[in-house]
Amino acid sequence: MTPHVYPPADPVFGKLSWGAIPLHDPILLSTFVGVVIGGLAVLALLTRYRLWTPLWRDWITSIDHKKIGIMYMVLGLVMLLRGFADAIMMRAQQAMAFGENVGYLPPHHYDQIFTAHGVIMIFFVAMPFITGLMNYLVPLMIGARDVAFPFLNNFSFWMTTVGAVLVMASLFVGEFAKTGWLAYPPLSGLDYSPDVGMDYYIWALQIAGVGTTLSGINLIVTIVKMRAPGMDLMKMPIFVWTSLCSNVLIVVSFPVLTAVLAMLTLDRYVDTNFFTSSLGGNPMMYVNLIWIWGHPEVYILILPLFGVYSEVVSTYCSKRLFGYSSMVYATVCITILSYLVWLHHFFTMGSGASVNSFFGITTMIISIPTGAKIFNWLFTMYRGRIRFDVPMLWTLGFMVTFTVGGMTGVLLAVPPADFVLHNSLFLVAHFHNVIIGGVVFGIFAGMAYWFPKAFGFRMDEFWGKVSFWFWLAGYWFAFTPLYVLGLMGVTRRMSHFDDTTLQPWFVVAAFGAVLIAIGIAAFLWCIVVSIRRRESLRDVTGDPWGGRTLEWSTSSPPPDYNFAFTPVVHDTDAWWDMKRRGAERPLSGFQPIHMPKNTAAGVVLAAISGVVGFALIWHIWWLAALSFTALVVAAIVHTFNYHRDYHIPAAEVEATEAARTRLLSLHV
Amino acid sequence: MRLAHAASRVLKLTKPSRLALPLGLLPLLAGCSTVVLDAPGDVARQQGDLIVLATWLMLIVIVPVIALTLFFAWRYRASNAQANYQPDWDHSTQLELVIWAVPLLIIIALGAVTWITTHTLDPYRPLRRLDAERPVPADVKPLEVQVVALDWKWLFLYPEQGIATVNELAAPIDRPIRFTLTGTSVMNAFYVPALAGMIYTMPGMETKLHAVIATPGEYEGFSSNYSGAGFSHMRFRFHAFDGDGFEQWTDRVKREGATLDRDRYMVLEQPSSRDPVRHFASVAPGLYDAILNRCVGIDHLCMNEMMAIDSAGGFGLDGLEALVPRSAPGPFGGPYVSAEVCRVDTPSAFPASFIATPAAP
Repeated sequence: MTPHVYPPADPVFGKLSWGAIPLHDPILLSTFVGVVIGGLAVLALLTRYRLWTPLWRDWITSIDHKKIGIMYMVLGLVMLLRGFADAIMMRAQQAMAFGENVGYLPPHHYDQIFTAHGVIMIFFVAMPFITGLMNYLVPLMIGARDVAFPFLNNFSFWMTTVGAVLVMASLFVGEFAKTGWLAYPPLSGLDYSPDVGMDYYIWALQIAGVGTTLSGINLIVTIVKMRAPGMDLMKMPIFVWTSLCSNVLIVVSFPVLTAVLAMLTLDRYVDTNFFTSSLGGNPMMYVNLIWIWGHPEVYILILPLFGVYSEVVSTYCSKRLFGYSSMVYATVCITILSYLVWLHHFFTMGSGASVNSFFGITTMIISIPTGAKIFNWLFTMYRGRIRFDVPMLWTLGFMVTFTVGGMTGVLLAVPPADFVLHNSLFLVAHFHNVIIGGVVFGIFAGMAYWFPKAFGFRMDEFWGKVSFWFWLAGYWFAFTPLYVLGLMGVTRRMSHFDDTTLQPWFVVAAFGAVLIAIGIAAFLWCIVVSIRRRESLRDVTGDPWGGRTLEWSTSSPPPDYNFAFTPVVHDTDAWWDMKRRGAERPLSGFQPIHMPKNTAAGVVLAAISGVVGFALIWHIWWLAALSFTALVVAAIVHTFNYHRDYHIPAAEVEATEAARTRLLSLHV
Repeated sequence: MRLAHAASRVLKLTKPSRLALPLGLLPLLAGCSTVVLDAPGDVARQQGDLIVLATWLMLIVIVPVIALTLFFAWRYRASNAQANYQPDWDHSTQLELVIWAVPLLIIIALGAVTWITTHTLDPYRPLRRLDAERPVPADVKPLEVQVVALDWKWLFLYPEQGIATVNELAAPIDRPIRFTLTGTSVMNAFYVPALAGMIYTMPGMETKLHAVIATPGEYEGFSSNYSGAGFSHMRFRFHAFDGDGFEQWTDRVKREGATLDRDRYMVLEQPSSRDPVRHFASVAPGLYDAILNRCVGIDHLCMNEMMAIDSAGGFGLDGLEALVPRSAPGPFGGPYVSAEVCRVDTPSAFPASFIATPAAP
């Protein structure tokens, strides 16, 4: 093996040059032009309608958990469009690249696309969506006024966003990794990926990872310390329980990702040999470490959505959740077990039969608490009064779809079966089955369910249903063929096939992707229609669905302070209990409310981190040193900011509450 | 045309399968060439049977769940005023017991099956049978094949026959094959779906796989772990010969082929894609071990020797002389330890005695 030769780096611009701009690629160039035009249009509109100040004051610098939650959802949605664009390009390539036809994407481009698709969908779609939901809902559900560390929350959001910005920048400046979403070395090492793509990957994930870890700490502390009086652990809504478990997993597993990426960074930047094949380096260590993070990660994603389904089922069945404590224990079991299964991602690396059986069996054991959860939702429906609003449809779609995904998952956990199915399209179909059928459906259920809480009007029913049915049909059309292809021995990440008889299956899969595209478009259109029809969809009660948990006790959208008086909890379904006992809204005796103040520190620190990342990616050492110093200085300066809080005067609270009283009386 | 062809393949009925296929996929799978479920190789076939068995076991709980979901959704719809409505019913110990016990029992059964089959079908375990009826005869020795995953092609070495091939694998039927596998650059996985499950190939590592094929024919093999730009075409043909077909093939390779010496290997090792089949009539002695220990180039110290030196305590302070200056100015200026240290011609760092006879660990 020949030693790598460093390309001559310019002292001022590092590896950055005009050659890094992909002017030669028509697909990227037209995307770039589109983005520039679109971006300029947005900037022009913001200026035209004088929205810069409100945007800065009410959103960018906001440390209100509700605003931050909504911004996370917007980030997830924007990145979903990017991640899905990658998906449909892959489906198109695989539907046409047979025999003589090489398709329209050379491997150099195709390999970046499937890597970006995985990275974006997990880190910058699913993660922002679940963090957004948890951010918005957890304080409201536990009767708190904000999260425990409001500034940290804003900082976390902007760090995640900067990670996403770096991934997007790789589209137009340089390139992205061509390694697959988990970037196994030696392929991701300097010898086989000398270009900046891997460095974009590393720094985007490291920066976003800071945000995720801090947000995890923040939500754990919030749940542990800030619950309303009376809400002991076994009276928390299930969503809060699943959020707690998910955040515990974040806090204990993301540091592993940070460490493993840091070691890979050292291999790439300072010639260490943690994961190279020389001088005692061992790539298998990377594979182990990344999955010690990676497997808990899938439970980080799914657990909060299990919470969403629990809330939705119980609300739309107008019935208490069946088996609350069994649900809690199941969640905790899953949390613990998710740490004992990572090796099932590489049975085929040759660990030996006893090790493989151990991890295979622990994996199967996870299906027991998961199965118990499914049964609990099932028996919540039993003897209920089921209303088929959009969130309930997503939940039913989930129960049917996810069960199949669970089954194929247990199948893959049987090591000898995995030896023939690993890395095949069967595997791809399996994890899309659980991620789309579990995580994505849950996110859409959650958005439709809590949309009126966040914005004060419901989502349009018709377009919501259109979106659901297209997603559901699209999922089955897109991934059933992949299950079959997997059983035919077809492997994943192929950019071209010799066997033309496989083509019809891929054409069907591409058709499924088109259906999903329509589902996404219908969802976006649903938002537009809902905004247009907001007056007729208005929710003045704050409780449009007959909700059961505390967030429905306040107005839609909730006031800045969430609750004028901290509620006192006597039951798991606290709001249901209050309604039943005819609890009265307090109308007087308001006190000034102590609130945290907005700050620009979060966005500034995150932006500087982005510059540090960019400079390191392109080996612009002076800029890296300068911006890192600026980062430290800015953080220190922020500690001298003593104006961090303010009081909402009692009169203002009283006026807000009086306005709500008027609305409520008009409604009844 | 293609569609019609595929449709005819889909409709073509397979021979009666020993285990009927699971319900959910039945209509789709009833005949298409799902080699994974119906492989001619005994190991792959057992793995496929296990998929079917496990699927059946799980359907015991999956089918009722899906059916009940749909039934309850219909039965307890809000518009159905006849249905029983009990808004506060949220617990039943008997039901909870069933909910936890049924999946538990299934997993106990499946776990037992898993433990047994993971051991019996362990790729490292020498075969005991040719198929369900025939054990391996006592006098049959497995065919040794050494597999090297290169960027982006497969090199097969046959130590017994003294030959080597690129992108073509051959074996006689009904004789166990013992693969030892390694790689040169990045991770790949060696997979012949008709023959047996896959196994990773990794540089500086050796994995093993045992398999046997019963039906003569030509089968597909490929890398099933993404390995870079040429990955899609990192494929080969596997010929299973009956009668004296394998001997004839060996003779042909010996007649036609060139010699695979170290220099030629170094050329072969360079990345290339869609390589044609190549035959080598003879192979330099010790080539596979040199590949495995990453020392085909004569100026590299073999990994096993390096490890022997390290485990004997290393070179002590003499080793410091092994530091080399950087080939170009990087961010962190100074000299560093490089793989290039391990050269035979670095006299102070590597006393000849060490290399000739590494100290015993």
